Amino acid sequence: MGRAGREPLGTAPVLDWTPAPAAAVRERPRVARSLWADAWRRFRRHRLATAGAVVFLLLAAGCGVGPEVYHVGMNTIDFHASMAPPSWAHPLGTNDLGQDMLARILWGGRISIAVGIAAMLMSVTIGTLVGALAGYFGRAADLVLMRLTDVFLSLPQLPLLLLVIYLFRDRLTKLVGPQLGIFWLIVVVIGGLNWMPTARLVRAGFLSVKEKEFIEAARSVGVGPAAQILRHILPNVLSPVIVSATLSVGSAIIAESTLSFLGLGFPPDVPTWGRLLYDAQNYLDIAPHMALFPGLMICLAVLSVNYVGDGLRDALDPLRIL
Amino acid sequence: MTAYIARRLLTAVPTLALISMVVFGILALAPGDPLGQFAANPDIPPEVRLNIRHQLGLDQPIPVRYVRWAGAFLRGDWGYSFASRMPVSALVLQRLPTDLWVVGSAYLAAVAVAIPIGVLSAVKQYSLFDQVATTCAFIGFSLPTFFTGVLLIVLFSVRLHWLPFIYNVQVRDPVGMLKQAIMPVSVLALFQAAALMRFVRSSVLDHVGQDYVRTARAKGVPEGRVVRRHVLRNGLIPVVTLLALGLPAVFTGAVITEQIFRVPGIGSLLIASIQNSDTPVVMAITFVYSILVVLFNLVADVLYGLLDPRIRYG
Repeated sequence: MGRAGREPLGTAPVLDWTPAPAAAVRERPRVARSLWADAWRRFRRHRLATAGAVVFLLLAAGCGVGPEVYHVGMNTIDFHASMAPPSWAHPLGTNDLGQDMLARILWGGRISIAVGIAAMLMSVTIGTLVGALAGYFGRAADLVLMRLTDVFLSLPQLPLLLLVIYLFRDRLTKLVGPQLGIFWLIVVVIGGLNWMPTARLVRAGFLSVKEKEFIEAARSVGVGPAAQILRHILPNVLSPVIVSATLSVGSAIIAESTLSFLGLGFPPDVPTWGRLLYDAQNYLDIAPHMALFPGLMICLAVLSVNYVGDGLRDALDPLRIL
Repeated sequence: MTAYIARRLLTAVPTLALISMVVFGILALAPGDPLGQFAANPDIPPEVRLNIRHQLGLDQPIPVRYVRWAGAFLRGDWGYSFASRMPVSALVLQRLPTDLWVVGSAYLAAVAVAIPIGVLSAVKQYSLFDQVATTCAFIGFSLPTFFTGVLLIVLFSVRLHWLPFIYNVQVRDPVGMLKQAIMPVSVLALFQAAALMRFVRSSVLDHVGQDYVRTARAKGVPEGRVVRRHVLRNGLIPVVTLLALGLPAVFTGAVITEQIFRVPGIGSLLIASIQNSDTPVVMAITFVYSILVVLFNLVADVLYGLLDPRIRYG
């Protein structure tokens, strides 16, 4: 993390006589402060983004710890309490089988959030790799990789997502077990269809940064391509990647819920938020709480992540450094 | 310009070919058997099953099947649906009017709402109106359509009994058609409008601070005229491009809305066909969606060049 702060971008080296941007002069700290500390300070000034970060962390912590603390079985069937509205015994009511909704929502949140984060890691990794290779090597590599990106961008996302999940679900389920198989399939497919914007951002960043003098300097002292990419260029391209990574957590959560909502995601016994909504669809007239609470959780998670992304965009890119 | 369009059309062909190969490959390699229902039926002897496979050309190697499919597709023969024994093109055409009516009016509504609000909130940046509008757009953009759909159903169908929540094509009277279209259209429009409004706002903001706008004001052009004649003319160029780019996504995005409200459009046909392993229909619809994407990418680029004389296509 600290390495990026040492790169001579925001704080111009002493020997540089070209006038620095006005804002940079005004903001130059008396005490040495890293890029990340600056970004953190700016991020906290964005109130909604801070609120978003708090809400998302609370959600994640709640779903992580909740099932350990809240000792109501999510699979305990109780037909006497079928579709009961929220009460003391069942804070968020029960579903058609009388299973406790709070327990199911907490458990489902683990999966929804885990899918979101894993798919984000996947898409960011592929996108950064493709973008870095295309941007750094240029020529034929650039041409081929960017055409590939264009083709992926022209693929109809949602239909393809549905198609792949539906067609390969059973085989994977047999191979690695129902939950893990579906989990990885969904993560791979969502991540594999979402890396293109990151690749474009990274490529654009590489194209401009690789022409800078400090890269030339690095090359002249014999730094190899791998080290140039990883240690010198990549840290300077990181800001837009972090922003798009944050936003893609939200879109991955939506994508997973969409799949489950269409009945093509996790099997019925795995209560992800989208699946809970899907199950609730037929009881909207009798038990609307079955749909409202999982739906609210999805909205809350996505909204908070998007606000964090918005705040990060302002915090990390104030002078449009790239 | 003509040369540019011709060149773009030429690059579109390999892109589409590649996409069709990807989709065809996925379908061909998938473990699901399109004749699964025959395989499970003990009354059909294995010889008959083999015969059917042979008739459908399923015993050929994948590349041969691909070339056959592509040739037939180009000639307008999209094959027969396994499930309903109808030509695929007839199935799709049958669903098309509903789709165009719901998706089309949603898109028009979204544009009609998003452009004025986006422009106003950019012109009056940081005003109360701007803050409310951007917050609403942010929320609308983050809410998944399946949740807004469910929310509307609970509110307007279950609580208030104002609107029907199942779309019925048999309804012919205009009031009934309007009533059943309101919810699916507004769910689709809300999401589109939110995304579009954010884009309009930032695009107009890019131009509000330009020197030529200040010059116009300085020489005494009335504010309304400055906005209409100077800011909007430039600021809305990227918006037109986005409108073209976004259209295919509205069609694919409508898959979810159609599923919630049981709208018998192309999207729900796709889902039903995926669940039935009805390969010809799935293949045709997915490919039509891809054609839409590639085509509207081209339209967007051409429009951009037509509207903005600074863009030159070499």
